[in-house]
Amino acid sequence: MSTTTAKRPRGRADYIRFEGLSKHFGDGDTGVLALKDIDCCIEEGSFVTIVGPSGCGKSTLLRILAGLLDYSTGRVLLDGQPIRGTRRDVGVVFQGSILLPWRSILDNVMLPAEVLGLPMKPARERAMELLHMVRLDGFEHKLPRQLSGGMQQRASIARALLHDPKFLLMDEPFGALDAMTRERMNEELQRIWMESGKTVVLITHSIPEAVFLGDKVFVMSPRPGTLERVLPIDLPRPRSMDVMSHPAFAAASASIRERFSHAASFD
Amino acid sequence: MTTAMLQDTDPIAPPQGANPQPAAMERKRRPHPLASTRVQSILLLITLLGSWEAAVRLLKVPRHLVPPVSDIALALWRGLATHPLAKDGFWYHGGVTVSEILLGFLIGSGVGLAIGIVVSQMPRVEALLDPYVAALQSVPKVAIAPIIVVWLGFGISSKVVIICLLTFFPVLVTSIAGFKAVDPDRIDLLRSLSATPWQIFRKAKFPSAMPYIFAGLNMAAAFSVVGAVVGEFVGAQAGLGVLILQMEAQADSGGSFAVCVVLSVIGIVLTGLLRRIERRVLHWMPADTSQRAVNT
Repeated sequence: MSTTTAKRPRGRADYIRFEGLSKHFGDGDTGVLALKDIDCCIEEGSFVTIVGPSGCGKSTLLRILAGLLDYSTGRVLLDGQPIRGTRRDVGVVFQGSILLPWRSILDNVMLPAEVLGLPMKPARERAMELLHMVRLDGFEHKLPRQLSGGMQQRASIARALLHDPKFLLMDEPFGALDAMTRERMNEELQRIWMESGKTVVLITHSIPEAVFLGDKVFVMSPRPGTLERVLPIDLPRPRSMDVMSHPAFAAASASIRERFSHAASFD
Repeated sequence: MTTAMLQDTDPIAPPQGANPQPAAMERKRRPHPLASTRVQSILLLITLLGSWEAAVRLLKVPRHLVPPVSDIALALWRGLATHPLAKDGFWYHGGVTVSEILLGFLIGSGVGLAIGIVVSQMPRVEALLDPYVAALQSVPKVAIAPIIVVWLGFGISSKVVIICLLTFFPVLVTSIAGFKAVDPDRIDLLRSLSATPWQIFRKAKFPSAMPYIFAGLNMAAAFSVVGAVVGEFVGAQAGLGVLILQMEAQADSGGSFAVCVVLSVIGIVLTGLLRRIERRVLHWMPADTSQRAVNT
């Protein structure tokens, strides 16, 4: 890797590199092969969506990227460094917002600053900015249960961004939301990503969501979890919901759906 | 709840009814003073006490079997109108009992919580100790009260130890259950931020286990009053339990009922204090769910 490529505006093409990654749960014959021979790269600053039916190991893949889970064989490199354990420059948005119910929204967003020992005053200012960015002004001192599901998830996105991580991981962040809220959240997430310029890996089981958000869509198939194909989405940004009627959108969705019906039995 | 619903529907009501009747609306706005449940429950109490008094007097029940309410009230007045240090007054004996309860409750539940915390952070130790906790928990602790009095004598310490035994187990068991029930996602959230085990404990595990711990503390508070009285029955020099025994020896049933009233007040104040602390600590829980956690 030469220095010139590293200085390109979009960043290095192999910011994240999977090399023959496999993950095996349990031991011997009774175990389960959750991921098998994943080989691919994720470009710095890009938005990658991972789509697949349940049981395809996409959450396992995300937990490995977050450093929450060890892998069995192969390697995962982040910025040239093998991922071993959790890192301070990664932000994770979990399935369900996982806000701590005893903390106010502001205190929830401040959690990374407390844990990482960041200076409190600038962190607090940044938290207020982020809450403004996710349009939660005026809700700083509310408790999570006083907010709707969509608002809670936006707060958890603000929390994941507080320590300015270079890399944002999202595990089906909008799975629990209704279709309308979900579409609006997708547009907002795109806006947030374009403003922040971070590398984002988002897991979903919704094909339209994957195509709408992704620069590339990783299509996975189950038992064992393998990376079926990587589908580049060449639709202009910022995309609005109208893009769904674009022929390229329909073509991409159709080709993913076709993969699914081939690869996945109904479960 | 019902009044709130009435208020909610009130503004919609006029357009529905063709001729809104002013009198009916007036009645809805200002409910009759006797309609409040608080007033009703006080009326019920007065009725019950009144019929008790009347029944005892009319049926000529002997006073040492069932004292009339007036006897109890009189005994209560006499007991409370004594010098705080008078050996036959409620204040002296009550003071002894309350100190036993407070010491026993604080030590017993404190040790229970501490061991619960330590054990639940070590899954292997927890699995090792689990059958012992279950077995010891099912031993009726009051059954060993006489032995403890033999070991520690008639002083305050034997009572404190009995209360400790009674309060220790509920807090231990509920705190272990509370730490077991922590949402693993909350731990993952902290782990994803490279939190230390201590940070994970302080910021996720402990607050998550709090509702369970309070459920145990509430149980312990109720047990601690029982423990004090049982301990004093078995053998003591002072305390409200001793006073009950003395009064029963003199066939003074009114007096012993009066002491029971004092014991109830102690119990109510103790649980009331605990509820207040709980409401402050668990302010983030909706009122109904925190109540449910307490009752289970």
